[in-house]
Amino acid sequence: MKYALLMYSVEKSWAEADEATREKVYAAHGRFSELLRERDAERGGEELALSNTATTVRVRDGEALLTDGPYAETAEQLGGFYLVEARDLDEALEFARQLATVEDIIEVRPVVEHPAG
Amino acid sequence: MTVVEAAFREHRGPLLATLVAELRSFDLAEEALQDAFAAATAQWPGEGVPRRPAAWLLAVARRRAVDRRRREETLTRYLPLLITEEPRTPSAADDSLGLLFACCHPALGRESRVALTLRFVAGLTVPEIARLFLVSESTMAARITRAKQKIRTAGIPLRLPTPADLPERVPGVHAVLYLLFTEGYRSYRDEVAAEAVRLTRLLHDLLPSDAETAALLALMLLQHSRRRARRRDGRLVLLADQDRTRWNASEIAEALTLLAADAPDSPYGLQALIAARHATAERAEDTDWPAIALLYARLEAVTGSPVVRLNRAVAVLESEGPAAALRLLDGLEEQLPRNHHVPAARAECLLRLGDRAAAAEHFERAAVLAPTATERDFLRGRAGTGSGG
Repeated sequence: MKYALLMYSVEKSWAEADEATREKVYAAHGRFSELLRERDAERGGEELALSNTATTVRVRDGEALLTDGPYAETAEQLGGFYLVEARDLDEALEFARQLATVEDIIEVRPVVEHPAG
Repeated sequence: MTVVEAAFREHRGPLLATLVAELRSFDLAEEALQDAFAAATAQWPGEGVPRRPAAWLLAVARRRAVDRRRREETLTRYLPLLITEEPRTPSAADDSLGLLFACCHPALGRESRVALTLRFVAGLTVPEIARLFLVSESTMAARITRAKQKIRTAGIPLRLPTPADLPERVPGVHAVLYLLFTEGYRSYRDEVAAEAVRLTRLLHDLLPSDAETAALLALMLLQHSRRRARRRDGRLVLLADQDRTRWNASEIAEALTLLAADAPDSPYGLQALIAARHATAERAEDTDWPAIALLYARLEAVTGSPVVRLNRAVAVLESEGPAAALRLLDGLEEQLPRNHHVPAARAECLLRLGDRAAAAEHFERAAVLAPTATERDFLRGRAGTGSGG
């Protein structure tokens, strides 16, 4: 199964973080990517730009409405995601717990896999 | 009861657990089992009951599951992987436990966990579960459907967690098992309580050195051992008035052995020690109330629970007298406004102090709050005793 590990964190602290802190976080992500590669679990993932650059699209009466900003407004914002291949939810949660050592909140979401054709 | 009904009662739970584990589908397992019981209803009265009813039912259910799967064409290619004629290597106990851990997965809400466990591990029907939790059938059916979907979509595994995950997952399973037991015990559904005991025993076999599991099993066995003495002619019989020869001696002995090995200062451990003090008193008047009051004080320190304080007050009533007990009861009505045991305990204290009118008033308050007719009758009877009538 594919799972998206969605990472939420307080953007302000990241914006205010000094170089050494950023280095540490990047190094932790490097180690996490290494773990996923070892387990052949990595299926993709990117860091996302700050949430104020997001645009939300929703369709109403057949028309796409665009709004400025992310969909959910909370203290934490979606900052990036990993796409992983896991045997089941327990393995996906194991990855998420690893990641939670660097990021505040991880939302684990199964990826809907549509049959080909 | 017909033979099919008897077989249904006895085998439904374990068969459902086995089928879910084999078929990896809650819905298909339920449908296949229903088909098998329908077939039994049609065939057994004419052809006689098979020698091994459970094996017969399982074989029929497996065949029906294959038929149903065949009809769903896209799944046909998985068939050989799903159903095998040879006995599978994991035992039925592993199936039940794997399913139990899936149903108690922390990714599910607490209410869903209990409902799923009752449905797919204990094998109760949806109307039965709805009655047990005093919600409508449609509410319960919707809750179970949502939980089943989450298990399937989120990929919650139907097997035991890895050894590394087990310690974290076991307390959640304990909570569901004890709730299963207390709900069965409270509502006089002995088969539900017995199912909780069976599952806890399986868990204890899996984790023989886990002290909490041993304590929980001991606690359940001690309470369960009194099931035949708790009611007489449909009326509630107090612990003190129970015929102790009707207590199940082998269950008590087993519990005491479990506690001798491990008695942790934990909620289940302390409750088990309290139950053991009651179980080992030959007559009600031999009960070691001071020891029980001390154990309750330790339990209150561990849990901070007002319910524990209430029980402690009852033990103190027996060991130190009504005045000390009333001091412990003070303020509990506000903390437990809907609990009928609080006014009942206060009434007992007042009765000991000789204030019959006040006692009768509190017994009536308790009767209004009591959840079952048996308890209401009992409380009104006590009020009658109190006023000399």
